[in-house]
Amino acid sequence: MLPELGQILLVLALLVAILQSVLPLAGAQRGNAAWMAVARPASYAQLVLVAGAFALLTWAFVAQDFSVRYVAENSNSLLPMEFRFMAVWGSHEGSLLLWVLMLTVWSAAVALYSRALPETVVARVLGVIGLVSICFLSFMVFTSNPFDRLLPAPAEGRDLNPLLQDRGMMIHPPMLYVGYIGFVVPFAFAIAALLDGHIDVRWLRWSRPWTNIAWAFLTVGILLGSWWAYYELGWGGWWFWDPVENASFMPWLVGAALIHSQAATEKRGSFNSWTLLLAIAAFSLSLLGAFLVRSGVLTSVHSFAADPARGLFILAFLALVIGGSLLLYVLRAPRLEDGRPFAGASRETLLLLNNLLLTAACAMVLLGTLYPLLADALGLGKVSVGPPYFGLMFVLLMAPLVALIPFGPLTKWQRDNLGKPLKMLLPWAGLALVLAAIAYFMAPQGRLKTAAGVLAAAWVTLGTLRFIWTRVRANGRFTPEMTGMIIAHLGVAVFLVGALLVEAQNVLREVAMKPGQTVEVGAYRFEFQGVDEKEGPNYLSDRGHVQVFHNDRPLALLHPEKRAYASGGQVMTDAGIHAGVFADVLVSLGEPLGDDAWALRLHVKPFVRWVWAGALLMALGGLVTAGDRRFRRVREKSE
Amino acid sequence: MSLRLHAWLLGLLVAVAAMAVAAQPAGDMSPLQFQDRAEESRFQHLTAELRCVMCQNQSLADSNAQVAQDMRREVLALMRQGRSDAEIRQFLVERYGEFVLYRPTMDRHTWLLWFGPGVVLLAGTFVVWRIVRRRAAALAAQSGPRGEPAPGTPERPEGDQEW
Amino acid sequence: MSTPPPRRPGLPPVAIVIGALFFIGLVGLMLYGVVRSGASDRDVLPSALIGKPAPEFVLPVLHDPSVQFGAADLRGAPYLINVWGSWCAACRDEHPVLTAFAQTKRVRVVGYNWRDEPEDALRWLDRYGNPFFVVVADKEGRYALDWGVAGAPESFLVDAQGQVRWKFTGPLTDEVVKTQLLPVLDTLERAQ
Repeated sequence: MLPELGQILLVLALLVAILQSVLPLAGAQRGNAAWMAVARPASYAQLVLVAGAFALLTWAFVAQDFSVRYVAENSNSLLPMEFRFMAVWGSHEGSLLLWVLMLTVWSAAVALYSRALPETVVARVLGVIGLVSICFLSFMVFTSNPFDRLLPAPAEGRDLNPLLQDRGMMIHPPMLYVGYIGFVVPFAFAIAALLDGHIDVRWLRWSRPWTNIAWAFLTVGILLGSWWAYYELGWGGWWFWDPVENASFMPWLVGAALIHSQAATEKRGSFNSWTLLLAIAAFSLSLLGAFLVRSGVLTSVHSFAADPARGLFILAFLALVIGGSLLLYVLRAPRLEDGRPFAGASRETLLLLNNLLLTAACAMVLLGTLYPLLADALGLGKVSVGPPYFGLMFVLLMAPLVALIPFGPLTKWQRDNLGKPLKMLLPWAGLALVLAAIAYFMAPQGRLKTAAGVLAAAWVTLGTLRFIWTRVRANGRFTPEMTGMIIAHLGVAVFLVGALLVEAQNVLREVAMKPGQTVEVGAYRFEFQGVDEKEGPNYLSDRGHVQVFHNDRPLALLHPEKRAYASGGQVMTDAGIHAGVFADVLVSLGEPLGDDAWALRLHVKPFVRWVWAGALLMALGGLVTAGDRRFRRVREKSE
Repeated sequence: MSLRLHAWLLGLLVAVAAMAVAAQPAGDMSPLQFQDRAEESRFQHLTAELRCVMCQNQSLADSNAQVAQDMRREVLALMRQGRSDAEIRQFLVERYGEFVLYRPTMDRHTWLLWFGPGVVLLAGTFVVWRIVRRRAAALAAQSGPRGEPAPGTPERPEGDQEW
Repeated sequence: MSTPPPRRPGLPPVAIVIGALFFIGLVGLMLYGVVRSGASDRDVLPSALIGKPAPEFVLPVLHDPSVQFGAADLRGAPYLINVWGSWCAACRDEHPVLTAFAQTKRVRVVGYNWRDEPEDALRWLDRYGNPFFVVVADKEGRYALDWGVAGAPESFLVDAQGQVRWKFTGPLTDEVVKTQLLPVLDTLERAQ
């Protein structure tokens, strides 16, 4: 009975979504206040309905109702309670419901916090969000119903994919989706502005925090995925340029360009059309990402089960939404272009370069991800495009950007003397080079990469500190916007240290060890103490014990595991990790070699935590900027 | 959906799950021994750029599949025979196709891949240069020959908004 | 009301054309991808050996390890070589199809026992039947890499001159035999 109620709620939500989009959009076009007024209540109603459906699906999991097919496929009587809650988004249908829930949350938030905006704007924005809702809700109702019954109900479910039975993995989708879907807000604003034929800087100012928050959450979502892959998969990597990883990285890159472009448009009125295009692009990439992961177009260890019918459905939506937006853009955007002049040496130029480089990087990732498919389509055979390609091209494209970061905050708008920021930064560039040289000679291995990492990080840090110094000397006041920028740029520096140094300095040793044996890796000593069996709630595991010493002092006792899950016999490796500020030590179990001997992988990974610390700082910077009260002052003059 | 379809779907799901556990032989999975750190380092870099042909998306270095272990053993043997990295890659490409390389070859059919981003960057730089030139000219025209501030530029920035 | 804004030029036509082409191309590629994703052989790696000489393998015969058998012994007529192991579940699935095909005596069917204990392999053949003209045992997997084998079962069709003409990854079915294997055989026999 309850699952059917869930189904009904979804259908009702779809109907409300239709109301939310058709009436307000038509109303804004015609100036009909009554129709426009439908937008807000419709948003709230949708939230209630979808949240209700989500609650019902959660209840089905908690109560272990295997008559619901989705529950039977993703749960099991042995599944611990906390994972039952999280199994709701463990596979396609449920994660889609989570996606729609996030959409309704953003929509309701916009409805709630938009009192300061004119009714036509609100109506259009919510109307566009309503259109997106229609797409996803109808996709769910017609092809991916999470409440489908399986009768007769099986006695036992299949189980939640063991890879997902982990807290870190389970928070990753919600964070990611908040980010992905959050880009619908600047997107809806862009469409509203295009429909209106007019962009008011005040509305853009209003939309900035929303974009920043979405981007920050996307950053956290990606970072969680990376961190999870590191500790769960046990091969010590934190990014593999896997197609699904790339699918989330592309909107991030364009989102970063967007938040910078929005700043320029808001303060200077410049780049209206670029900002709008970026807003459309960011959300389009989110949709493309959702499509790539769910349609089975790309093979990846990560993607959901393929179903061509579903793929066609989403593709049709994708083409309509993106094609329609771009068409609208081509027709309307030129009218909005302001064309305010600026000199070659100005912050505007730097921002244009910023947009260019981030967009080029995104284009590169898209090309590399789709190239195997393209080659297949053109009959060029099966090619693989992997980390060697992406890593190299990404560094080539990002190097100029990293070089320009310190110039941005120190260059004036519209017109500046090229010499001034150069003179300010030159001594610090010199210091960065010196630090890089020291790193080069101190590095035990991978000298060039280490030096490059230190150079880049030092340059960005010193440049940012120079900016802080300039401000302190001027009047000592830091707006939240500036503070956010400082934190985020320092985050970039921290990230650069992590990313480049871990690649240069990491050590991996694969050894066969018997209990009692020790292996030395640099300053670390690993003593293998044997493996015993352990029983978990729904798995049986071989648990290893490895004592790690650093400079002869005991550092940690690690417990790498190999778990065999009762439901499907799938075997998962769980690495034993000692986290350190300056280095991680990671041990994973390989295969048993007979006679109590085991194959072990021993990793020393210097600075790997800095990767996620840097990303976290970037996200924090985005949030701090979003908190600037200036963005909420929309009604300041006239009106 | 009908009962039959449900049953069939569940059967299909079970079958897919069974097939997903790839048919792999058991064998010697003991780790390879290296003569020195240099050999180990070269091996690790080489195998990180090769693809496991039996896995969804994993490098030869990371995969636990038996075929991957066999291939790793072969790579080490070839290294010890004195073959260069390029020759070893060629050896594997002859047997498994270009699919086995994570770094695509630089060939006619991968020009788009390798040069595409560069072309995009160049085109974009050209566009940026055009825009900047146009705006700079407009600024010069507006502000007059002696470089006075352009009419209409905000005089006193409102608080720190000018930043 | 203020004067209407001066007419602004539209986007440069070049940009619109490029953008449109890119968009259409992307959607087209995605469409291809979706349609292709339904195909069962989507993930299969095509053989790099098609049209090239088969590896010159020399391996002990499973039933009599003192005898060495190799590619040279098979030259002169086409043969189908089937990679299998007693540990491979799908090999059991294709066994009836393979047996039926072998009984037509169209070509010799050679068994390539990959990474298997001889006793296990022999027991497997006793239990399910032996359709093979001869079975060579590659316990160490010496030549599997040369054949480009990634898993079992895999089947290769080699012509009389020793060139690989066809490869199938996965268990053979009647459908595959009818629509792929037999046509290639026909072509081979017509060419002789």
